[in-house]
Amino acid sequence: MFKNGIAIDDTFAEAFGMTAARLIVTAINPRWARIAGETMTGFATSVIGCGAEAGIESELAPEATPDGRPGVSVLLFAMSGKELEKQVERRVGQCVLTCPSTACFSGMEGEKPVPLGKNLRYFGDGFQIAKRIGGRRYWRVPVMDGEFLCEEVTTRTSAVGGGNFLVLARTLPQALDACERAVLAIRRLPRVLLPFPGGIARSGSKVGSKYKALMASTNDAYCPTLRGLVHSSLSEDVGAVLEIVINGLTEADVREATRVGIEAICALGAASGVLRISAGNYGGKLGQFHFHLRELLADQA
Amino acid sequence: MTSLTLELTAPPTPRIDLAALTPDRLAGRSADAIRRLPLWVGNEEARLGDLFTVTAGDTDDILIRGDSDRLDGIGTGMGHGRIRVEGRAGAYLGRQQRGGTISVSGDTGPFAGSGMTGGSIEIGGNAGDFLGAAIPGERRGMRGGRIQVRGNAGDRVGDHQRRGLILIGGDAGDYCGSRLVAGTIVVLGRTGANLGFAMRRGTLLLTSQPRLPPTFNPNGTQEPGFLALLTRELAGLSGPFAQLQARGIRVHRWLGDLGYGGQGEVLVWT
Repeated sequence: MFKNGIAIDDTFAEAFGMTAARLIVTAINPRWARIAGETMTGFATSVIGCGAEAGIESELAPEATPDGRPGVSVLLFAMSGKELEKQVERRVGQCVLTCPSTACFSGMEGEKPVPLGKNLRYFGDGFQIAKRIGGRRYWRVPVMDGEFLCEEVTTRTSAVGGGNFLVLARTLPQALDACERAVLAIRRLPRVLLPFPGGIARSGSKVGSKYKALMASTNDAYCPTLRGLVHSSLSEDVGAVLEIVINGLTEADVREATRVGIEAICALGAASGVLRISAGNYGGKLGQFHFHLRELLADQA
Repeated sequence: MTSLTLELTAPPTPRIDLAALTPDRLAGRSADAIRRLPLWVGNEEARLGDLFTVTAGDTDDILIRGDSDRLDGIGTGMGHGRIRVEGRAGAYLGRQQRGGTISVSGDTGPFAGSGMTGGSIEIGGNAGDFLGAAIPGERRGMRGGRIQVRGNAGDRVGDHQRRGLILIGGDAGDYCGSRLVAGTIVVLGRTGANLGFAMRRGTLLLTSQPRLPPTFNPNGTQEPGFLALLTRELAGLSGPFAQLQARGIRVHRWLGDLGYGGQGEVLVWT
């Protein structure tokens, strides 16, 4: 199957179940809200090493936030509820509590509670004040610029992580240009997150390694520098491969984001240097969600 | 479905205890059964039908027409539904209320909302003393829910209040928020002497400068973020409380009562 001159592999992306929470961080102005959001989601690319995959979902106008100040909506994904709880507290405690002028609120109705200000309140050393407003409980923790206002709990919901597609191009600049285009398109969508730096990963991985300590290692079949040495999936003309990894609150969100991303790249045509679009899977053994590229592109057509 | 309507046939001289008349207790009862309900009138027992004309209707929506300040204990322990009182109500309105809504178009007697834990009370006229307060012998007053008074309230508003929200559109009497343990009291009019006396925690939110006991320290001008949440929440109400958002969140803050830990706050809109 070709789309606008770009080959679409007959394969599927394999995603797995995760658990996710959404937080609203507000501040005195959009700049400080974004700083808090970026800091708390920094180093949150892959659950393998960071405990969570997190990022800014969208910027929020004052009318869309609980306290009428500018804010950002942040999504955090983890492999278990326990891990998510740990990451939420750690990241809010280190990056939002400390950030000038911020407040932190729960951003969605979910299935299970996750402590937010519940334990962070103890930073107030006994001077913290609880307020119950509209059925929700908030903590006012005295800090040097006034008060850190934080909702007591947020909630988590089941989610989908690890949706992906691979962009195979003649050169690295061409692959990067195309992927940046896809990232722009996907970031307009709500409820999805591209956790890797700038939304793009260069280290696609395979399961396992020759080193016993590692559970994942470089995706040799897609490494251009290993062509000729291993069983490569790359033809002669592929110079670089980049991956876009997508987490979403539901399977439909990931499906839509994958489609939008691939469409954005295909719109550039073969002249962009993109040769093929493929996807990462482990033969269906990793997760229960499968996104067949040709199918989801056909959905739209 | 229409409301279950109770109309007082003659103004009573002794006090009548109406605690039995809640949606929870009347559920499933016919109009006849309701007429036969025993009520305490002073120290004598009477049948409800002897005092009220009963018109059958939805027991979850009770309408009381009486205009007597002797109808005590309306909505006691109520868990759901609605009670409307056209006219005045007596003492202990909504005592230990857990849910639902009670609205009174006129004035109420003392101890309205005493010991309530949930639901809401709306008073169109004035409230008596000890609004949302603990009754003698109890250690906690209101513990949740919301009381809204359009007119004035008497002395000792929220005495020993533990949680919940009291809104007063007019003035409050002396010792407003005395011995407050936690919760919030908003007064849009003026307040009397000894505001916040012996309060431990909680918030008194005012629009005019109070006379504070000497055991309160000024805390300067602050912008507490929770005020934005509170005024936004109140914007859904009717009357003067819906307009508070326009006042912003900048307030003068006092801390006290310093004789009792000083963790309470008095906020006055600048």
